[in-house]
Amino acid sequence: MKQVFARPKSLKPAATHYCPGCGHSIIHRLVAEVIDELGIQERTIGVPPAGCAVLAYNYFDVDMGEAPHGRAVAVATGIKRVLPDRVVFTYQGDGDIAAIGTAESIHAANRGEKITAIFVNNAVYGMTGGQMAPTTVPGLVTTTTPGGRQVNRDGAPLDLTQMLAVAKGAVYLERVAVSDPKHIRQAKKAIKKAFQVQLDGLGFALVEVLSACPTNWKMDSITAWQWVKDSMTKDFPLGVIKDETGYDAGPETEAGDDR
Amino acid sequence: MTKKLMRGSHVLGEAAVLAGCRYYFGYPITPQNEVPEYMSRRLLEVGGTFIQAESELASINMVIGAAMAGGRVMTSSSSPGISLKQEGISYLAGQELPAVIANMIRGGPGLGNIAPSQSDYFQATRGGGHGDYRCIVLAPASIQELADMTLQAFDLADKYRNPVMILGDGMMGQMMEPVTFPEPVDPAKLPEKDWVLDGAKDRPQRIILSMLLDPKILEAHNYKLVRKYDAVRENETAWEMTDCDDARLVVAAYGTAARIAGGAIRRVRQRGLKVGLFRPKTLWPFPAKPLEELSHRVRHILTFELCAGQMVEDVQLAVKGQAEVKLYGRPGGVIPTPEDVAHQISHYYYGAHLDEEGPGGGA
Ligand SMILES: Cc1ncc(C[n+]2csc(CCOP(=O)(O)OP(=O)(O)O)c2C)c(N)n1
Ligand code: SF4
Repeated sequence: MKQVFARPKSLKPAATHYCPGCGHSIIHRLVAEVIDELGIQERTIGVPPAGCAVLAYNYFDVDMGEAPHGRAVAVATGIKRVLPDRVVFTYQGDGDIAAIGTAESIHAANRGEKITAIFVNNAVYGMTGGQMAPTTVPGLVTTTTPGGRQVNRDGAPLDLTQMLAVAKGAVYLERVAVSDPKHIRQAKKAIKKAFQVQLDGLGFALVEVLSACPTNWKMDSITAWQWVKDSMTKDFPLGVIKDETGYDAGPETEAGDDR
Repeated sequence: MTKKLMRGSHVLGEAAVLAGCRYYFGYPITPQNEVPEYMSRRLLEVGGTFIQAESELASINMVIGAAMAGGRVMTSSSSPGISLKQEGISYLAGQELPAVIANMIRGGPGLGNIAPSQSDYFQATRGGGHGDYRCIVLAPASIQELADMTLQAFDLADKYRNPVMILGDGMMGQMMEPVTFPEPVDPAKLPEKDWVLDGAKDRPQRIILSMLLDPKILEAHNYKLVRKYDAVRENETAWEMTDCDDARLVVAAYGTAARIAGGAIRRVRQRGLKVGLFRPKTLWPFPAKPLEELSHRVRHILTFELCAGQMVEDVQLAVKGQAEVKLYGRPGGVIPTPEDVAHQISHYYYGAHLDEEGPGGGA
């Protein structure tokens, strides 16, 4: 019988610690599928963040080096500069890449570091218990925004990916969501392209993935994922934010992986 | 081998390159800007990588990445910048990564000034960042020693998989002295590191981390570090004693202060005072044992530091109350002359009636 579903080689047979309904597991799977499809498992080095995905090294079956909170792209820069023929990716939350690590992201992008950043935007600080993130949308209640985020009190959500677009060395930036099969397929396409950009030595590539944190949003999974589609995308519209790859169309991804 | 006349900051850079360092990540701060400037040119010549990072935070994290990938890597800065690097240095220690960090100390606290200082002694020798760890800390007192210690720093870092800090100051950076360099190390011929992240090809995945959530596992890791630090203490502690055989008073000083103290001691010796110099070459590990042994014979120790008094605590701990320990500390970047120090020595010497003692000066 033809096998139609299997665990990607680049993902270990481990149960994750993520909450039910969390987007991190889906995004891990997409990254692992891309690594498999590109045949780069043996030369890929990942840099997990401080954040809910801190234990990503227990799930990805590639070399992994832990970074301090916010510094993943700087650590990845160091690795890539020593081993330019390896594939280096970071996996970072919104607090990690868009608050404490803002300076590192902008400058790594501006230098055109040949690394791939996966930026998981779930609008809160998951790991530390649901505080406000730079990407928390107005009205969302977090443990540090009583009554919901108020722009005049707490500031407006920050669109880091849009900011990165002005950095000359950033060649490919796209915002996707993993809210339903159609969007998951698009997310995978974007992730694959962001790795391809690195393989082709073009410069800095980042995919922002809108994700749900049902636990800290205090929503059930269904409501949370609907909320990603209905509310988050208002402040963070999906689509290509910058593409200077010169690729005609994104490299093909396999059909039928909408799970 | 020919002697060259070079300034300290260039010697630091050149010695690093000769040691096989091919990666430098830094951020400008006076008084060590000549180091990144030199490295930007020199690493280009040898096919290395220089990045002027956006901050000290970024640069130390690039150091972490380069070390993970197996490169011989270095950064340098001065006090405020070293403070910013501390989180990263703690990670280097926790993740057991080799790296060399030079601190050309300037006057503090805060922005302070750019004058030579030794006020970062505590920060360097007590870890500096968070957690239970130590950096190996080397304190050169001449340009030749700066070259030698820089080379040694990379070997120590690799041998113990631990960050090594070189402590200097603006005076050390600017000073020009003749220096002889050894043959260059070919980075390709360095012993292979069997722990680096270079892609899991024909081997299982490798993970480099410092987060160990289970207290028992973190405790075991910390004890492993303790054993490593014990071995460093045992094998690498270095110091120098000058004119200590007949001394009734010994000056304890390192780095630039030791140079000034040396001049002061020559002066007071001409005046018949029996004074020696105890100079730690490693600040961590501190040469406590030899100093303790010395304190059985010499009952008076004057600690001279370019700060309000930090190493003096290690001196006191070392001599275990067997000798009187006094401090001559000059904070704020003030550099006393050898004559100033000679005056302090004489004051102490005659005040304690050391001129009246019998041979050996034993109390
Ligand atoms: C220097 C430092 N400051 C703060 C923290 C605590 N911390 C860990 S993860 C995190 C934020 C996590 O949020 P995010 O990056 O959005 O990732 P998520 O957990 O939501 O996936 C914080 C504040 C830390 N580890 N280090
Ligand atoms: S707290 Fe949120 S981001 Fe973290 S694992 Fe749970 S659902 Fe996912």
